[in-house]
Amino acid sequence: MSTTKQLLSSAEVARFTAHGFLRLDGVVPREMNEEALGLFAAGTLPAVPYGTPVPTAFPEASFTRRLLELPVVAGALESLVGPDPEIDHHFVHVRMPHEGSAQALHADALIDVRPDAFDVQLMYYPQEVTADMGGTLVVPGSHLRRINESDTGRYQNLRGQTRLTCPAGTVLLLHHGIWHGGRRNDSDTVRHMYKIRFNPTVPQVRLWDTRDLDSPAVREELGRFFPWYEQATGRLEIHNRVLLWRSLSADPGFDIEHWATRIANRPGASAVPTATAATAAPTAQGSTA
Amino acid sequence: MTTTRQQVLVLYLDNSALDSRVVGWARYDGTGATRPTTGDSDEPPYGTGVGALEDGWRLFQASPLIPPYPGAEHATSFLKHEFFFEKLVSQ
Repeated sequence: MSTTKQLLSSAEVARFTAHGFLRLDGVVPREMNEEALGLFAAGTLPAVPYGTPVPTAFPEASFTRRLLELPVVAGALESLVGPDPEIDHHFVHVRMPHEGSAQALHADALIDVRPDAFDVQLMYYPQEVTADMGGTLVVPGSHLRRINESDTGRYQNLRGQTRLTCPAGTVLLLHHGIWHGGRRNDSDTVRHMYKIRFNPTVPQVRLWDTRDLDSPAVREELGRFFPWYEQATGRLEIHNRVLLWRSLSADPGFDIEHWATRIANRPGASAVPTATAATAAPTAQGSTA
Repeated sequence: MTTTRQQVLVLYLDNSALDSRVVGWARYDGTGATRPTTGDSDEPPYGTGVGALEDGWRLFQASPLIPPYPGAEHATSFLKHEFFFEKLVSQ
């Protein structure tokens, strides 16, 4: 097995930018998955204070440190959140057999609208997740919507949603804003998911392997329209995605279908005196005072 | 004695027209016979809002059309075109 971290390509980071998550199927070796299930059942993972560097949070040779040092995991994390991120928190989520209910659809933490930075959440599944085990519900392309936590609970199903099924050893990496939830476990098996949240400590600009930055695949990923998007709002999603990609790629002129460029075109706007502009913009009450 | 219970269907549509495409859905069952929940199906019960009417659901609420807030015209948030339907079931 390679020990060199495997950075993501531009197309893969563009896919993350559009979808709000990446999945790495079956990347954790079987023996580590078996070890994880023992650790999770025993509840022996250490508590970690918010903002702890990875080497302090997870000592050399510990299970979590080895998980994060797997070349494919290390490379993907560095490509998205940068080198030396801090651990926000970590937790083992358990869905009990026939527990009868699902989590409400939500985004974690607080409404978080940072335009040029994001946290990454890692979700690790040490066992195969079958359809009846209630694998995590994830809504592709939901991460840039401005909602607070479980205010989305009314939405039970959205076209194109992902009801996760996966082989053992699968890792998801998610933007902090993604809508998700643990689904009802209708099986006879306890389901475990280990989540770790990472905070960046460097600007998230060109952290990946950028050799394919001008590839058509980048535009193809960033122009993606998801089945649950309303026609009009879907265009706004692509506009907002363009702005995020401009920040990530340090390319202020990047655009898809001229969406962002067209509406920023104001010839001579800088020459308009401030007082004139204010007078020309009535307030909501219709007054110009 | 016969009592009446409400079943609720919420459809999220592609635009503000009731005959536009369903993009999201939720169900609540006041009879207690079913327990719909988050992430329980990948296919909507109807293709459009009118499809629900044709199957006997009664529309009782629709989202108003609200202009974007000044300065936030490009922000996205909740689904905009939400329609509430009901059926009254005798028990």
